[in-house]
Amino acid sequence: MENEIKEAPEAVNKPNSSSSKRKVVVPGETIVDGEDYLPGEGTRREGSKIVASKFGLAEEAGRVIKLISIFGAFVPRRNNVVIGRVSDITHAGWLIDIDSASSAFLPIEESPRFINRNEMDQYLAIGDVISAKIWTVKGKGIDLTLKGKGLGKLENGFIFRIIPSRVPRVIGREGSMVNLIKERTDCSITVGQNGWIWIRGQSIETEIKARKAVEFVANKVHVSGLTEKVEAWFEEND
Amino acid sequence: MATKNEFKRVDGRKLDEMRAITAKVGVVPNADGSAMFAFGDTVAIAAVYGPRLLHPQHMQNPQKGILRVAYDLMSFSVYERKRPGPSRRSKEISKVTEWALEPAVDLKAFPNTVIDVQIYILQADAGTRTAGINAASMALAHAGIPMKDLICSVAPGKNGQAIISDLNKEEEDYDEGEGATDFAVAKLANQDEYTLMQMDGKIQPERVKEILDIAEKNCETIYDAQKKALKEVVNPEGKK
Repeated sequence: MENEIKEAPEAVNKPNSSSSKRKVVVPGETIVDGEDYLPGEGTRREGSKIVASKFGLAEEAGRVIKLISIFGAFVPRRNNVVIGRVSDITHAGWLIDIDSASSAFLPIEESPRFINRNEMDQYLAIGDVISAKIWTVKGKGIDLTLKGKGLGKLENGFIFRIIPSRVPRVIGREGSMVNLIKERTDCSITVGQNGWIWIRGQSIETEIKARKAVEFVANKVHVSGLTEKVEAWFEEND
Repeated sequence: MATKNEFKRVDGRKLDEMRAITAKVGVVPNADGSAMFAFGDTVAIAAVYGPRLLHPQHMQNPQKGILRVAYDLMSFSVYERKRPGPSRRSKEISKVTEWALEPAVDLKAFPNTVIDVQIYILQADAGTRTAGINAASMALAHAGIPMKDLICSVAPGKNGQAIISDLNKEEEDYDEGEGATDFAVAKLANQDEYTLMQMDGKIQPERVKEILDIAEKNCETIYDAQKKALKEVVNPEGKK
């Protein structure tokens, strides 16, 4: 159940020198003043100043100023792994609710094995939960695929939601954070970029513990050296 | 003899002084963004949902998203119970709030979708639309929606000949001399750009400048309160 993380996870465990340069900014606030800087994602140039266009954490990456959102709804991107729920079955595929502004469609051809069109609900029925990858994001609507490692129907366990912009934090650098939680609780965890998280463990106790750990990480916005904090959290709660 | 400096306000405020401001972000856990803003006894909460799928479909715009504001007074917010549900007044205020907020929001980023802003007035003591706009602007920022700037809003006005800021209900009902004037204004915090200007009452054209000067000064205070509230939600217990 590995997730591919295409977007660079935000600096979770960077040395402290860089974290001191991060600051919370509101829209319209000047982040830095100087012709030397370049506006990155979520920022714009106004005269000699770099100004925030969103509410979030501003960070200097060399000359580029980046802004990371910490709140808000999910904005789908290609190759995102998401968790969704089947909301309708049409003649050509399934309609999936992935908690985003446009509806997502899973064509019947994008399932990993052949499915008889008359028996689609045997494979995925309304209400079933799947993890899928976003194949295309068009003006209207999102196409999903189930072809890929770790994608498919999620059975047993449970799902819950966190704020989508905290997902990179929960996954950690190359999956380090989610792997740590998996190891310590012995649960399978799938993190969808849309903020839905699926957990299945040996017992309900370990599942709840894994959920609490994930929520602990998701609620820590500003903390550097989060891995150590999570280790400590596990020590406390064992 | 009577100059405007001798005008005494009912609650003893200075002429250009607003009521005490309270601002808080993240008051509605299920919304994508939310905020509370209060001018003294006027309390507004705003919740932002979306960008999300827009229904009815014929309202969808493939070029840009839609901002949809719903403003309403809670039935217990005024002395005489307000009949719940939309009224002529609340529809109008919803619309002007929409127009006041739209210039700040980058709607081009979300075609075919809607951003829903719901504003409820928990307690009304005049100046509800301005408190609503201030709360909504914080809630939009909290929802992570790309914005040009925050919007600050205040309603200065006039009692008789004295220009005063942020009228409360008693001042709004002032009936001596020229009576009361209520001049609601909203502007982009860091720019000299006004997005709302409404007036109720009488004023000499040359005195509008005085009103705008007060509004501009007050907006700076409001902006600081909004900024502080937004930053607090990231780090509630201060730096650790």
